[in-house]
Amino acid sequence: MATYIQIGSTVTVGAGGAASIDFSSIPSTYTDLVIKGSFRVTVAGPVDGVKISFNGSTASFTNRSVAGNGSSTFSESTTAARWVGLGAATGATASTFSNFEIYIPNYAGSTNKSFSADAVSENNATAGYNYLFAGLWSNTAAINQITLTPDTASSINQYSTASLYGISKS
Amino acid sequence: MAKTYEPIATTTLGSAAASYTFSSIPSTYTDLVLVFWKLTSVGAQCSLQFNGDTGSNYSNTSVSGNGSAAASARASSSTSISLENALISDATNASINILSVMNYSNTTTFKTTISRANAAASGVNANVGLWRSTAAINSLTVLSGGSSTFSTGATFTLYGIKAA
Repeated sequence: MATYIQIGSTVTVGAGGAASIDFSSIPSTYTDLVIKGSFRVTVAGPVDGVKISFNGSTASFTNRSVAGNGSSTFSESTTAARWVGLGAATGATASTFSNFEIYIPNYAGSTNKSFSADAVSENNATAGYNYLFAGLWSNTAAINQITLTPDTASSINQYSTASLYGISKS
Repeated sequence: MAKTYEPIATTTLGSAAASYTFSSIPSTYTDLVLVFWKLTSVGAQCSLQFNGDTGSNYSNTSVSGNGSAAASARASSSTSISLENALISDATNASINILSVMNYSNTTTFKTTISRANAAASGVNANVGLWRSTAAINSLTVLSGGSSTFSTGATFTLYGIKAA
């Protein structure tokens, strides 16, 4: 079996937009999961966050991040945010999408689920962002569903994409 | 179809250990990727050595955040590459590390690492490391740090990536 294999197909948002992107029925046969995303969203401003939930649950998440925006650096810690990515918003240069990658090791194991995410948003304007996230889902259940949603109640734009990959250690 | 991203070795610790070594790493890949998850006996920050070299031949630069402040740190002429500035793992809070070593088997250049370390309870870290040796890497040792040990259940997996 290949070691780094796409699970299902890349989700590409259609003309009507989408409230979220969902990967369900994730098999437990891999070791780690990787999600690669490219998002644009309908909220005002230069950028919006992208949140993650596991198995339909939004509870028991903690998050710590470090980021830079081209002029300053900052670090944040939250017990409720589920941030893993960025989506270029309506104030960003047209046709520009933000990118992110999420790495979830041992997603099917019986420990709490730690994960890592890198997110960037660059649109040749004054506001650019580079975020590094450390996340924790304090739940020992195997992950079989992953949902990505914009932080603010907005829609994910057409042509946004997300792909799920499984990595096997043997 | 030829595999381009292959597992070389993996382990889940059955007992506590102060370090873990991948040895006899084949030279047939282009890059290496190391992924590990760990709890430690006490608060600790792990580090990395190559080919059993314990000399002052390592350096690193990092950017990190602990949830209230961002920081950057640098260490030179060190005895290992520090991987977890501004974050720790302990007996209840795990950390995960994802590390890449490009062109690990060449005998011309010093060896550079790029890595991410994450512990939601303490911090997030991006790191570049340097081993000042032109030797091909054939072993890789992760050190738990200080007087700590990796707890039972810590997992370490090494992958090889082929360019062709």
